[in-house]
Amino acid sequence: MEIEVLNQSRLAFAQRKDKSTKRIIICAGTGCIANGSMKVYDAIKAILIEKKLAADIVLDTHDDREHVDIAGSGCQGFCQMGPLVTIEPEGIMYVKVHAEDAREIVEKTIENNQVIDRLSYREPGSGITHPLRKDMDFYRLQHRFALSLCGLINPEDIDEYIYNEGYKAAALCFRELNPDQICKLIKDSGLKGRGGGGFLTGLKWELTLAQKNPKKYIICNGDEGDPGAFMDRSVMEGNPHAVIEGMMIAARAIGADEGVVYVRAEYPLAVKRMRHAVKDAMEKGILGKNVLGSGQALTISIMEGAGAFVCGEETALMSSVMGRRGMPTPKPPFPAEKGLRGKPTVINNVETLATVPRIILLGPDEYKKIGTAKSAGTKTFALTGHVVNTGLIEVPFGTTLREIVFHIGGGVCGPDGVVDNSRLKVVQIGGPSGGTLTTEHLDLPLDFDSLKSIGAMVGSGGLVVMNTDTCVVKNVAKYFMQFTQRESCGKCLPCREGTRQILALLDDIVQGRGTLQTITDLEELADAVRKTALCGLGKTAPNPVLSTLRYFRDEYIAHVVDKCCPAGQCEALTPPAIDPTRCIGCGACLRKCPVGAISGEKKKPHQIDVNACIRCGTCATVCKFQAITGVNA
Amino acid sequence: MEEKTTIPECAGDCSTRKFEAVCAILKKYNHNPENLIPILQEIQEQYRYLPAEVMTFVANALDVNPARVYGVATFYAHFALEPKGKYVIRICDGTACHVKGSMEIYNALKRRLGIKGDSTTTPDMLFTLETVSCLGACGLAPAMVINDDVHGQMNGERAVALIDSILQTEAKGQANGN
Repeated sequence: MEIEVLNQSRLAFAQRKDKSTKRIIICAGTGCIANGSMKVYDAIKAILIEKKLAADIVLDTHDDREHVDIAGSGCQGFCQMGPLVTIEPEGIMYVKVHAEDAREIVEKTIENNQVIDRLSYREPGSGITHPLRKDMDFYRLQHRFALSLCGLINPEDIDEYIYNEGYKAAALCFRELNPDQICKLIKDSGLKGRGGGGFLTGLKWELTLAQKNPKKYIICNGDEGDPGAFMDRSVMEGNPHAVIEGMMIAARAIGADEGVVYVRAEYPLAVKRMRHAVKDAMEKGILGKNVLGSGQALTISIMEGAGAFVCGEETALMSSVMGRRGMPTPKPPFPAEKGLRGKPTVINNVETLATVPRIILLGPDEYKKIGTAKSAGTKTFALTGHVVNTGLIEVPFGTTLREIVFHIGGGVCGPDGVVDNSRLKVVQIGGPSGGTLTTEHLDLPLDFDSLKSIGAMVGSGGLVVMNTDTCVVKNVAKYFMQFTQRESCGKCLPCREGTRQILALLDDIVQGRGTLQTITDLEELADAVRKTALCGLGKTAPNPVLSTLRYFRDEYIAHVVDKCCPAGQCEALTPPAIDPTRCIGCGACLRKCPVGAISGEKKKPHQIDVNACIRCGTCATVCKFQAITGVNA
Repeated sequence: MEEKTTIPECAGDCSTRKFEAVCAILKKYNHNPENLIPILQEIQEQYRYLPAEVMTFVANALDVNPARVYGVATFYAHFALEPKGKYVIRICDGTACHVKGSMEIYNALKRRLGIKGDSTTTPDMLFTLETVSCLGACGLAPAMVINDDVHGQMNGERAVALIDSILQTEAKGQANGN
C-alpha cells in the first residue's frame, strides 16, 4: 500500500538524514527547559554555525555537503539529570549540560568522536560512568514501547514521525481494514485503558461501533490531574503525532468524524505541540475531509482545560467540553451510548491512544507476549519522590517494585541525599485514587490484578517513593484527602461532605485530638464514601486512607494512643523545644510567653517546660533566630 | 448561530463601556455558549482576571444566564475573580513536591512577601502567591512557577533569592522610569 503524501514525507526526511553525519538531540521537555535546555540549544547551534557545521547554513538544498543536524526533542525521561543532550548515531547521552559546555561538546564529540567523561552519567551505586544511554541502568532496564520515539524525534517535525513508520497503521486502518476488524484486533491484543480504570479498549470501541447513531465522537483525555504523574504530558510533548494517529484509528474503528483532545491548562507546552501536530496533519491531508485519500472525514480540535481535577472523569470532561461546570453524571448511560452532545463517544487516555498504532503494526499476538497473561503490554510510570533517579519510565506489566525503585530508580535516598534502600517506607501508586505499597510488596509483579488484590490500583501511573521521614497519616492520607476534598465538585453528598469529614478526622489525629474511636469512625466513613459516591473521584477518594490504615495501623495507633508521630512530622505531636545551637538567649520569648513556660539565663540558650506550654506559638512568632521547634508561629 | 453574530446594542451595563476586546473574542468563538471556557480564558489573558461586569456582558452577549457564566468562572481553578499581581508565583504542591518540602518554600515566600491571612496578593499588586496541584514537573521537585517560567529543585532560600532579584529589577525599572 503506497500513499503519496506519506512517501513524500519519508523521502524528504531520508534525504536530510542521509546528509547528516551526526545528530544532536537536546531535550525540550518541560523539565529540561526549566533547567535551561534552550540555552544549551542556542549555544550549540551558534557554535555549529560558527564552524559551518550546521544544517541551517547549508542554504542550497542541492548541496551534498555533509552536516550536523540539531533538533529539540520531547521528554527524554531522565528529567532530574537535565538538561539532557543525546548524540546520534552513537547514542551518547550527556547529563546536566550547561551552555558553557557547548564548545567542548562540538569540538570533542562532534568533530573528534571523543567522549567527555565529565558530562557522562555516573551510576550512583557503583560509580561507573556510562557515556552511552543504552548502558545506563535507568534506560537499560526499561522497555520503551509507547515511549519508543519519545525523546528521540523532533515532535514538531511530521516528516520525521512519518519516516519512523508514522501514520502507517492509520493508513492500514483507513484503507484496508474495516471497523470490525480493527475492534477485534485491539480487543485481541488485550490492551486495557491506561487512564486508571483498566477497561478493555477494544471492547469499549466495539460497544460504540454497535451504536446506530450516524454522529460519533472520539475524545482524547489529556486531563492528567493526578499529583505526581506526568506520563501523558511527556507523550503529548514528545510524540504528539502518535496520539493523533491513535485517535484516527479509534475514530475509524467506531465511525467518528470529529475528535477533541482535552489537555489540562497546566501543560502549555503539550497544548502547543498538539496544536502544531494537528495543523501539520491537516495540511498534509492526513486529517481533514478526505483522510489519507480514503474518502472519510476526521477533524480534531484541541481544548484546554481550566484547572479542575474532576474533569479527568469522562462525563465531567464532556460537560467541560460543552462549556459547563465539569460535573459528572450518573452512569449508565455510558458515553458509548450517550456521550458528547448526546452522541456515542469513546474517551481514551493519551497513553492508550499512543500505544494503539504500534499494536496495529506489531499485531496482537506479538503484543501479548509483552507483560503478564492478564495485563498485556507495558506501562509508563512517573517515578518521583525520595528516589535517586526521578523521571519517566516504561516497563512491561509484571515488573517488580524492587526492579523499579532500586534498579531503574537507583535506590531510595534520605534527606541528605545518601542512598540507603533500608529507608524505603512507602511507594504511593496511582495518586489520590490509588494506594500504598510497602516493603512487603517489593517482589510483587505489578499489574492490574495484583495491585487490585492488595487494595491499590495502577491508576494513571504515578509512583511516588517516600522514605522513613514520611508520616503516612499526614503526608499520605491527609495530603490526598485535602486534595480530593478541594477538588470535589460538590454534586453528590457522600463526596462533598464525606471527604470534608474524613479530612476533619485525619486532622484530629494529626493534631493529637484523636482517640481509637477516631480510627473506627474514619474506617466506617471511608467505606461509606467508597460505596456511595457518584463518580470515580468520590469512589476512589478514600483509597489512600483505607490503604494506609491497612498497612500502617500501628502508626495511626501511635498517633492517637501514644500521642506521638513516629516520623516526627506532626508538629502537634512533637514536643516544643528550643534549639540550643540557634538560641542566643535574647529573652524575647521568655518575656512574651503568656504562661511563663520558658526559662533561662540571659545570653544562654533557654528551655521550654513542655507540661506548662499551651502551644500558642507566640514564642515562635517573636523568635528572630528560628530556634523554636515543635510549635507553629 | 447566524442571528447571534451581532451583539445587542446595550448588552448588560455597557452604556459607558463597550469592551471592544471582549467583543472580538466573542466573535472569534461565534458567540457559541459551548465555547464559554475558551472565551473566559482569553478574556482573562486580556484583563489578568474576570471582572464582574465583563462576566455579565458575556452572559448577555451569549444569551445565557449570568449565573451560568459565574458558575463556570468559580468552578475552575484557573479563573480569578480578583486582580492578580504582576508576578504570579505558583508553588507546586503535587505529591512529589509535597514530600520534598514544597510548603517550606511557600511559608518562606509568604514571610518574605509579608502576605498575611487569607490574602494572596501583595498590597503593591506586584506579587500573587498561590499553590497549584501538580505541574507535572515532578522530576524537578520541588518546583515553582513565576508567571510562565518553571524553576526546579527549589528551597526556601533559593526562592527568596529569586524574589529579591525580581524586586531589584523592579526597583531599577522604576528608577529609570522616573
